[in-house]
Amino acid sequence: MSALDVDIDAAIDGSAGSANAREVYGAALVALAGKHPEVVALTADLMLSHALKGFKDTHPERFFNVGIAEANMMSVASGLALSGKIPFATTFAAFASMRAHEQVRTDIAYPNLPVKIVGTMGGLSGGVAGPTHSGIEDIGTMRMMPGMTVIAPSDPSHLSQFVEQAYAIPGPVYIRLGRGNDPIIYPERYVVEIGRAVTVVEGSDVTIISTGTMLRGALVAAQRLAGTGISARVIDMHTIKPLDAEAVRRAASETGLIVTVEDHLITNGLGSAVAECIADAGIACRLARLGIPDLFSVIGPPGELYHEHGFDDAGICNTVTSILER
Amino acid sequence: MADPSTVEHLTLGLTIERLEDKALEMRKRLLRLANRTSLHIGGDLSMTDLMTVIFEYLMRVDPERPEWPDRDRFVLSKGHGAGALYISMANRGFFDVEEIYDTYGALGSRFGMHPCRNHLPGVEASTGSLGHGLSIATGMALAARLDGRTNRVVTLIGDGELNEGSVWEAVMAAAHFRLGSIVAFVDKNDMCMDGPQDEVMRVNPVDEKFAAFGWHVVNVDGHDMASLVGVVDGLPPSTTDRPTVIVAQTIKGRGVGFMENTTKWHSGQIDEATLQQCYEELDAQFVANRSAAR
Repeated sequence: MSALDVDIDAAIDGSAGSANAREVYGAALVALAGKHPEVVALTADLMLSHALKGFKDTHPERFFNVGIAEANMMSVASGLALSGKIPFATTFAAFASMRAHEQVRTDIAYPNLPVKIVGTMGGLSGGVAGPTHSGIEDIGTMRMMPGMTVIAPSDPSHLSQFVEQAYAIPGPVYIRLGRGNDPIIYPERYVVEIGRAVTVVEGSDVTIISTGTMLRGALVAAQRLAGTGISARVIDMHTIKPLDAEAVRRAASETGLIVTVEDHLITNGLGSAVAECIADAGIACRLARLGIPDLFSVIGPPGELYHEHGFDDAGICNTVTSILER
Repeated sequence: MADPSTVEHLTLGLTIERLEDKALEMRKRLLRLANRTSLHIGGDLSMTDLMTVIFEYLMRVDPERPEWPDRDRFVLSKGHGAGALYISMANRGFFDVEEIYDTYGALGSRFGMHPCRNHLPGVEASTGSLGHGLSIATGMALAARLDGRTNRVVTLIGDGELNEGSVWEAVMAAAHFRLGSIVAFVDKNDMCMDGPQDEVMRVNPVDEKFAAFGWHVVNVDGHDMASLVGVVDGLPPSTTDRPTVIVAQTIKGRGVGFMENTTKWHSGQIDEATLQQCYEELDAQFVANRSAAR
C-alpha cells in the first residue's frame, strides 16, 4: 500500500535495519570534503560524539575544533564562509539553536552565507540527558530566520544525500539529527530532494505529516488505522523550510484532517508551519498538532517520553480515532 | 593598474603629517555627519586616529576590486563606529563621501548606524552586535592560511565590548590556532554607555588579559600618529604564530572639549552653530600641535 517502493513492514518491524545519523554524517562529510576542497568542518568539542575523527584524520588542515565555545564557532564559520569556504558546524541542537542563536542570525543568516549547521540530540532524542540538552525549540528558532533552510531527515541512510544537497544550496542550512540509532525506512536507491515532501503512504481519511524520525511512528499508526478501516496518508516532511506547501494544501483539501507529528515543541515547529500554510491557503481543514506540549519534559528513554506526551504511534492513533469519531 | 600589494607604501608616500591631516579631516567629516543625524560621535572621535592609520597606512585594499582575494580584511567589531568606517572607506575611494551625507538613514540607504556588507561593498562583515568581530576575523584568518594567503585580518574592538564573553572565546581561539595574521586594535577610551568602563564592569588591565591568553601585546597612545605609525611599522609579519593586540589608550570624544570623557556624547546630534565652533576648536588645536611638533 506504499505509494513508493517502501517496504512498510520491514521499516516497522526493524528488519530494514537501522543506523546512527551521527556516524552517517561523519562519513558523508569526509566524502563531501574529498570532492570539494572548500568544505571545512567545525565542532565545539564534539568531534568524537559526532564521528568527526575521520574528517580530522583525512583533512586535518580543514578541521577546526574550537573547544566548548558554540557562539565563537558560528562566527568563525561566518568568517570562513566570507572567505569562500563552505563550513559544516556541528554541535548539539540546543546549543546551535539557542546558545549561538544570535551569532547564527547575525553572522550567518543575515549575510546569507553558505554555512551548514548540524544539530544533534534534536527533540527528546537525548532522553536521559534531560531538558538542558534537549533541542526542543530548534526548528522554531531556525525557521524564523530569513533564508534559512531547515531539514529534519527521517531516515539516517539518506543523510548523505541531504549533506550533498545542503552543500549545493548557496545560503545557510540547518540539519537536525537525533541521538541514537534510527530505523531505515527507504530503499537505498530512493532519491530525496530538499523541499519536496514524500508521500510514503496514500490515504483519503486523514493525513499524518511527520518530520524527522517520527516517520516510523506515523507508519505504524497508519497501518493500525488501516486495520480499523481508516485510510491514512503519511507524508514525510523532511524539509520544514521551505515547506512543501503544495503537499500540505493537497492533504488539507483531499483528506480534511491533518495530524502533525514532531519531536519538538508544538509551538513554532512543523505543526505551526502546517497551520500557517493551511490558513494562508484558506482551506477548511481540521488539524491536530502532536509533539511536546508547552512544558519542559522530564528525564526518560526517548520512546517512553514520546508515549508520555502522546506523539508515538499510539498517540497518533488515539488522536485520529477520537477526532474522526466526533 | 599597479598591484596594490606594493603600491600603497611605495607610491602614496604618506607621512605622519599627512595622516594627521587626514585625521583632522575625518573628525570634521564626522562632526558634519553628527550635524545631519544622531551619531555615536564620542566613540567615532576616540577611534579616528586609529582608523586613519589603519585605512591610510596599514591596509592593502583596492576599492576597484573590493573582493580582491589578497586584500587585507578589516572587521569593525564595534559596529556603532560605522560613521568613522564610512568616512575611512570614502577617503580610500570606495564611494563619494557626499553619498553618506546625502543618503544616511534614508529608506534603502547603504549607510546606517551599523555597517552592512549586503548593501555596501567593501564592508567585510555586518557588525553592530558586539562581541562578534574577533570571531569572524578568526574565521577569515583560518581561511587565509588554508589558501596560502598572507593578508592581514585587522579588527577594531571597543573596550566596553570586552565585557562580551564571546570576545574571550575568540581571544582564546586566535591564540590557539596561532593566527599571526590577526591584528586587533582595542579602542580603550575607558568609557561605555553608562559611565566609566571600570565602574560599569571592569576590564582593565586589558593588556595583561590578552598577554595571559598568549597574544603579542603592544600598548600605544591612540592619538599619537607618530607612535601609531611606529607600531604599524613594527608589526611582526602576518605569518608569525601569535596574534597581535594593539591596546590604544584613547579619549572618548577626542578633539572636541565638551565631548571628551563624558557619556553624554556617546551618541548625539549637534546644531550648525556648534558644528562651526567644533571646526574652530579642531583647527586651533591642529595648528598649535603642528607648530609645536616643528
